Amino acid sequence: MSFISYSFVAFLAVLYVLYYLLPKKTQWLLLLVGSLVFYAHAGWYSFIFILVVAAVVYTAGIKIQDQYDARDEEISANQQLFSKDEQRQIKAQAKAKAKTFLAASLATVLGILAVIKYTSFVINNVNSIIGSNFVPYRFILPMGISFYTFQSVGYAADVYWEKTRAERNPLKLMLFVSFFPQLVQGPISRFGELSGTLLSEHKFEPKQAAFGFQRVLWGFFKKLVVADRLVILVRSLILDPAAYRGAYVVLLVFFYAIQLYSDFTGGIDIAIGAAEMFGVVVAENFARPFFSKNAAEYWRRWHITMGAWFKDYVFYPVSVSKAMQRISSKSRSTFGQKIGRRIPVYLTSIVVWAATGIWHGAAWNFVVWGLLNCLVIIVSQEMEPAYKKFHEKYPFSNTRAYDFLQIVRTFWIMGFIRVLDCYQNVPLTFRQVASVFTASNWSVLFNGSLLELGLSEADFVAVALGCIVMVSVSLLQEKGSVRELLAAKPTVLRYSVVWLALASIILLGAYGIGFDANQFIYNRF
Amino acid sequence: MEKLVLMLAQMHPDVDFYNCASLIDDGIIDSFDIISLVADLNEEFEVSISAGDIVPENFNSAQALWELVSRLQNE
Repeated sequence: MSFISYSFVAFLAVLYVLYYLLPKKTQWLLLLVGSLVFYAHAGWYSFIFILVVAAVVYTAGIKIQDQYDARDEEISANQQLFSKDEQRQIKAQAKAKAKTFLAASLATVLGILAVIKYTSFVINNVNSIIGSNFVPYRFILPMGISFYTFQSVGYAADVYWEKTRAERNPLKLMLFVSFFPQLVQGPISRFGELSGTLLSEHKFEPKQAAFGFQRVLWGFFKKLVVADRLVILVRSLILDPAAYRGAYVVLLVFFYAIQLYSDFTGGIDIAIGAAEMFGVVVAENFARPFFSKNAAEYWRRWHITMGAWFKDYVFYPVSVSKAMQRISSKSRSTFGQKIGRRIPVYLTSIVVWAATGIWHGAAWNFVVWGLLNCLVIIVSQEMEPAYKKFHEKYPFSNTRAYDFLQIVRTFWIMGFIRVLDCYQNVPLTFRQVASVFTASNWSVLFNGSLLELGLSEADFVAVALGCIVMVSVSLLQEKGSVRELLAAKPTVLRYSVVWLALASIILLGAYGIGFDANQFIYNRF
Repeated sequence: MEKLVLMLAQMHPDVDFYNCASLIDDGIIDSFDIISLVADLNEEFEVSISAGDIVPENFNSAQALWELVSRLQNE
């Protein structure tokens, strides 16, 4: 069930009314039923996968917790009898057993993800390397599998690290894994953070209802007024790369950035807003990424929960692994503290970014995309002392105007890397980007050629209006909550803003024939 | 604890590690420091700091780090 459909609006309305009508202690159960109904729309094939993943991490969580509970019981019952060494031994044994259950569960759920998502990619690569003719079997990707698998892996690891206790009610864990607003494109939540509001009882709060509704509306606005309109232009530019080179590539970089931003953040706004309507607090996933002054900051502001997931569950585990610790000690003793300490961090960063790339899609363009991001971050990191000297020497570099230049620079660097996602072909992308530097067709930006890409003048006006609203809201958000600001205004103004938003979605929304709104870009990951 | 503070001071001689309680929150120590520190602490105090231990609460002050090391020494 797509967020952008009449059935989702009806589903949300029915669930919402029932949620506050039924006894409070059944609220989480209703959310589970709702989530399963939402997911069942994707078909039985998808349904089986989510059930298996939830069952695996549920069992692993219980088994891991049992080891720790038995350990604590044994030690506390025999506190006087056991020496410190004996206590250490008991703890080590419990940890070792817990590790086995964790490893088995991770191997299973990540194995499922790997087989489903990467089989054809691996076979294609094997075929091209050894010249074989294996059939690259392509599995249908179950809805949201990348997201709920990561969320489930995080849960199992957190129980293993004793950051959270295992959930003993399988239905409650199933709700955590399948909670419908965040199932298809995130945010990727942690059990310890989400379970508090997800599983507790909520009474109807008018302010919370209004805030949730406003956030959903805002998501619809971004998606329908901006993203689904720009997709027409972006597709035109991608589908005929030979015709659209040079200046057109610059246009693609610019408009794809806006399309992806409004599409992805729009979907996340709907997810967070829908959850908020039920009193559930879901982690934020964006913090005005296009205001970033460098790549590292951009990645702290864009898809925040994915970045945090990779940091906690890949970067640090790889960094503190015995192999990397040996590399760390060796590199520091060989190259000195200053250079040596960089080696393990950069090596791990390469692993993390390659993994981030391949998580986005089973194709080389995503791997290259990840590694290019890594390269830009490492180069920025290495340039840091030079930047510092530059800022000390030239006072103008500490002005707001210079900040703005940095923001523009970061926007374009990240944008040019991002077009790898558009062409989905590494050599073609490099050729297209290279064509910008030899371009002689800059006149297309002004001579009306833009209107031959599928959008009319009215469409461009709608996109421009949408962008002005998005930038204005983002600027206000830098100072605080826009909804709180609105809530403090007179009732007439508040309602006018909401009705205006609703009218904009209805009048300016880019609806296809029969209301076939485009799938969210991140749904395919 | 003194040994630990000395290790931290080698990384950032200008920081008062006895009183600072926002090493992570204020960005005083970064990923490079954390990874180097974990390797040094593991070796020096014969502990095994896991990825799950790398949370701001454990790395925000020298005192918190020392408590982590002491806890791990008993495990």
